[in-house]
Amino acid sequence: MTRRLLQGSEAVAEAAIASGCRFFSGYPMLPFTELLESMAKKLPAAGGVCISAESEIEAVNMALGAAATGARAATGSCGQGLALMQEAIAESALNELPLVVFNMARGQQDYFQATRGGGWGDYRTITLAPKDVPEAVAHTQLLFDLADRHRTPALLYGDYVIAHTSVGIEVAPLAFPPLPEKDWALDGTMSGTGRARQIWTWARGKPNTPGPGPNLAWQAIADKYAEIERTEARCEAEGTDDAEVVVVSFGTTAVFVDRVVEELRAEGVRIGSFRPVTLWPFPGAALAEATEGCRLVLVYELNAGQMVDDVRIHAADRSAVRSIGGVSQDASGMRQGDLLAADELRQRVRRALADGPAARSAR
Amino acid sequence: MSAPDPAAHPVADFKPDLLQSAEHELCPGCGHPVAWRLVLEALTDLGLSHRTVLVAGHGCYTQMMKLSDLDSLQCLHGRAPAVATGVKRMLPQTAVVTLQGDGDMVSEGLHEVLHAGARGERVTALLFNNGVFGDTGGHLTATTVLGQRTKTSLEGRDPEVHGYPIDVARLLAQLDGTAYVARGAVNSPGLVARTGRMIRRALELQMAGAGFTFVEVLTMCPTGWFVGTAEGPDYLEESMMATFGIGELKAPGQ
Repeated sequence: MTRRLLQGSEAVAEAAIASGCRFFSGYPMLPFTELLESMAKKLPAAGGVCISAESEIEAVNMALGAAATGARAATGSCGQGLALMQEAIAESALNELPLVVFNMARGQQDYFQATRGGGWGDYRTITLAPKDVPEAVAHTQLLFDLADRHRTPALLYGDYVIAHTSVGIEVAPLAFPPLPEKDWALDGTMSGTGRARQIWTWARGKPNTPGPGPNLAWQAIADKYAEIERTEARCEAEGTDDAEVVVVSFGTTAVFVDRVVEELRAEGVRIGSFRPVTLWPFPGAALAEATEGCRLVLVYELNAGQMVDDVRIHAADRSAVRSIGGVSQDASGMRQGDLLAADELRQRVRRALADGPAARSAR
Repeated sequence: MSAPDPAAHPVADFKPDLLQSAEHELCPGCGHPVAWRLVLEALTDLGLSHRTVLVAGHGCYTQMMKLSDLDSLQCLHGRAPAVATGVKRMLPQTAVVTLQGDGDMVSEGLHEVLHAGARGERVTALLFNNGVFGDTGGHLTATTVLGQRTKTSLEGRDPEVHGYPIDVARLLAQLDGTAYVARGAVNSPGLVARTGRMIRRALELQMAGAGFTFVEVLTMCPTGWFVGTAEGPDYLEESMMATFGIGELKAPGQ
């Protein structure tokens, strides 16, 4: 293979297909639209099915049905469309169905939606937030693996920059350890055998094969998520060993943070950066370590303050945490606004350094 | 003719093969078990016992999913036709049957069933229509007929207040993607037999790849209707059948 010039959405589509995705459904909404277009164009040729659904609710439920047969299935939208999908994402979690969901978000305001969710029940969604297209390609493949391995919905938190940036890239299939057999999948062949299978949130089973019931089933799912929390947290930390100040950011924003932190370090400022790669599970232990002894922990996110909650929970000294991001939507409504800029970020970091730890953010 | 000896013919003898247990928790006089029996018998007769997936919605009929020896997926209220779409597209050789009530399909899920019909999904969608939310205790649905009393239309369905019932079969019959649309009932032996033939025809056409197939079955819910158990069949005829006529609304060659 050689590198080709691909738009981020096309590259993610190819990564999904390379992962064995055989079903995709979606409802157009920028900047998710191009991923849907790419899947519609590429998936049938790979032997799969792509449906341009009549609503986000249909799209996610179709994908859930496909996943129940054991096929690798995915859907997606932007945060607004994902709001409509929350019920089914929770259902997928409580039915232990592997479902990959792409949020090609219009900004960073969907952190709570991704990490807390709006469905019912004790559930979680594994969430990966790539910082650029190559990482999105790797994350897409990792998500299909994690979804199958843990039988859970798994979400890619992308954005306009990732969806629309064209890069020279080779979408090479990644290797993963073997997965357990999908002995829960429905294909109709167990019907009439006396041992027919059942996928049901309430887990009551059938007369011949009674299930554990909701309490035991849901506790087991909660235990599974606790285990994922222990084993699957991923992060990236730069220059935090000797840092007095650490800037925390996720996704595309981190590219700007890395640049500014590098510049300031060159000036002699003892500053580092920390990026949760998994938004859930949040890499809390690693953040605590990275912020040990820091006088300032600056959180740069393009929203009114969402991830800062997790940073406050896990930072070595929560009183050192300050929000330096803010609401930042482009006038088109499709992408991040003026705060996604190195100059703006540099100014905000310098101001925070000058103010020092005494000046606390309002929250 | 002498009366059958109950001891010689225990109820278990009449249990369809695809039922793991005949013990259910539905109310006396409920029409659903009769209707579901027709489905299981049709699947067995057509040799689909080992290649059927049931996609069930939420309501009293969730019992059927629990008791039947069918690979089953319980899905969100209203969404069965969308879920079944994903199942069938991945398993084109498998019979996929959705089971919903009128609250599930026509109130909550009208969007899903109409679009699945329009797309011509090769599934068989079953509507057990008793004109009321039975599971919640007798509330107004989108198929509650005019004048019908429910806990949310205490003086009877009034078009000025509650609007009119929806005939979803008639809507589906207009769509190019649907191959078969029929409405039966289970309030008399003759209609039970006729409805069984409709279900069988729908499944045959699904397996022939003809398109979306749909059978609505009018069933009794004396509990939800606030009538005596034994009055259910006659009440169904007087109330629902005046609005929802029995027959094939669309079939190949028609």
